Amino acid sequence: MVRLGLIGLGKMGVSHLAIMRTHPDAELVAVCDTTRYVIDTLAKYTGVEVYSDYKRMLREKQLDGVVIATPSRFHAEMVRDALEHGVHVFCEKPFCLDPDVGQRLADLARQRGLVNQVGYHYRFVSAFREAKRLIDGGALGRLHHFRAEAYGPVVLRPKNSTWRASKSEGGGCLYDYASHAIDLVNFLLGEPERVGGTVLNTIFSRDVEDEVYATLFLAGGVTGQIAANWSEDSHRKMSTKMSFWGTNGRLTVDRQETQLYVRDPSVASIPLKAGWTMSYTTGLSENQAFYLRGEEYSAQIDHFVRAIASGDTDTVSTFATAVATDRVAAMMKRDAAGLPEPAAASGLVASGSAAVSSPLPPSATLVRPVRAPWPALFRRARALVS
Amino acid sequence: MTMQRILFGDNQFFGVNHMSEEKARAQLMRFESDQAIIDVLDIAYEAGIRVFMCTTHDRIAVICDHVRAHPTRYADFEFYPCMPYAHKYANAVTEHGMFEALKLFLPKEGAIGALMKSGVSVATKDMQGIARLLIDAEMKMFHGLRTPVIWLQNVVTDLLLGSGFNDAFRYFADHVKAKYGAEPGFITMNMPKLLDVLEAQGIENPIICANINKLGFRMCPGIAQYEALIATRRFRPVAMSVLASGAIPPREAIDYVCRQKNIKSIVFGASSRGNIQETKRLIDELSAAA
Repeated sequence: MVRLGLIGLGKMGVSHLAIMRTHPDAELVAVCDTTRYVIDTLAKYTGVEVYSDYKRMLREKQLDGVVIATPSRFHAEMVRDALEHGVHVFCEKPFCLDPDVGQRLADLARQRGLVNQVGYHYRFVSAFREAKRLIDGGALGRLHHFRAEAYGPVVLRPKNSTWRASKSEGGGCLYDYASHAIDLVNFLLGEPERVGGTVLNTIFSRDVEDEVYATLFLAGGVTGQIAANWSEDSHRKMSTKMSFWGTNGRLTVDRQETQLYVRDPSVASIPLKAGWTMSYTTGLSENQAFYLRGEEYSAQIDHFVRAIASGDTDTVSTFATAVATDRVAAMMKRDAAGLPEPAAASGLVASGSAAVSSPLPPSATLVRPVRAPWPALFRRARALVS
Repeated sequence: MTMQRILFGDNQFFGVNHMSEEKARAQLMRFESDQAIIDVLDIAYEAGIRVFMCTTHDRIAVICDHVRAHPTRYADFEFYPCMPYAHKYANAVTEHGMFEALKLFLPKEGAIGALMKSGVSVATKDMQGIARLLIDAEMKMFHGLRTPVIWLQNVVTDLLLGSGFNDAFRYFADHVKAKYGAEPGFITMNMPKLLDVLEAQGIENPIICANINKLGFRMCPGIAQYEALIATRRFRPVAMSVLASGAIPPREAIDYVCRQKNIKSIVFGASSRGNIQETKRLIDELSAAA
């Protein structure tokens, strides 16, 4: 049995709790959160061992792996502590916000030979995996353009008090929503070389952007648009859709289905038919040991457990791929602010690159900084590291 | 209590479709008016379907008002409510945080509400008391209507099941029996695991609604375990997602379910007169033949 711990019992944390506790090859040894009420209730009714200090949990429990589901700004320290204890790490997305910090953690995990994974769960959605199979199989011929969209109802009015509305804690549509779309671009096509025309606009929020638009430029002349808006309540829940155009056809994919149009099947290295081919989640998805809200959530934890058991550190969503996603998000922030790319990222010698390393001025993202009251989750997470 | 064989579901009214977001959106547009929902319910009623299995979505309150206002017309109409409407809570948790969201859904008055509001740790951690308050809040809209079965919705069932919050199932069962004279039902995507836990909680011959379809779609951990369970264990299985959102042809889909003789009821949702009448006819025909 793989011995697991869990840090953070927010929305994703409780979902991970249920999935980890029911995994046939894993044992959830202990859970950590700083809200006394939450962990006391959990201990009372479920019998799980609880901690309010994650460092103590790491010291005392001899965990094989830990799942970190705290607000983003606490990821870096917790991940580093876990790695230094020799513990394999699954960390919720977005990873570290600062790609340099993330890269150091990716390096540390690699040096120590530890499994490292980030919760970009769309990589485990069957329809997006089917899209990858089709693209990699050459179904579209030479791919030249794509569109990545993410819409959903998170911030629908000016008042919003959770950490998701606080820029300093990794909130905002860019990290919460657009990051999934960016990560899917990286997963399906590769990391963009540069970005342009980035718009980070506020609609309702005071402190963070609610909508994100940009053009992404990839190797080989591939271009694409990204659009994310989390103030969109015509969608019942988050909806992510990608469209691809190539010399041999087009492909549209969302969580439920893939729609493929192929001009000439002989161009591809996989069996295809000319014209339209649709596939649906009802046929694509595979049953998991336990289901909660979507196969992908169980599949990613299962992937983590299997990686620990087998010692294969090359997971589907590694720290390194998550850093690449953070790197694109950082490029978009610089682009929106009109700042030049640092030399390493753009391949060009950027003048005035010293300015890039300093934090962005608040005005750069067209939002006014207001110090929001500390929400409950923030207080909890803050106490975790104090 | 005898379970009705055919239950009319409500996914189609609220844009739930497992195959296509486009279809889901088209359904949302079509059922934007309450009258459009009532019209379809009337078609189902005229076809001989007597049960509406519905979530506690805010819009269902309007349907409840309509049925209450026409007691003669809907003389033997029954609701099997499913609670809670999970997105209402999930979105509130996203927007307000878990603690604040819980406060929003608890009554403003009362000792627990007051305690929660004060932000003080609820020393007793009386989950049974909190569960009762949440159930009562969800049941308000059904006042005066027949609700012989009350369901715990699958995201909540499976979250509790996975977390090991097993007592919660007994709290739910006890309260819906005691206060509403109803049978507790449990919706899940993890039927084998749930049945074991419900039996261990002393909930005998439980009513469990789960995906049961020829494709094995969302039957965790697998279709073979479901088939064995249905054939050998004592419980009242209710089949949903029988057509797997349209992925299985209707006759083939219903034939598969009817061949598993211990399945008590079948839930389906449809929007057109033709589909409703045809599905009803197929269930009647293949149930009789099995």
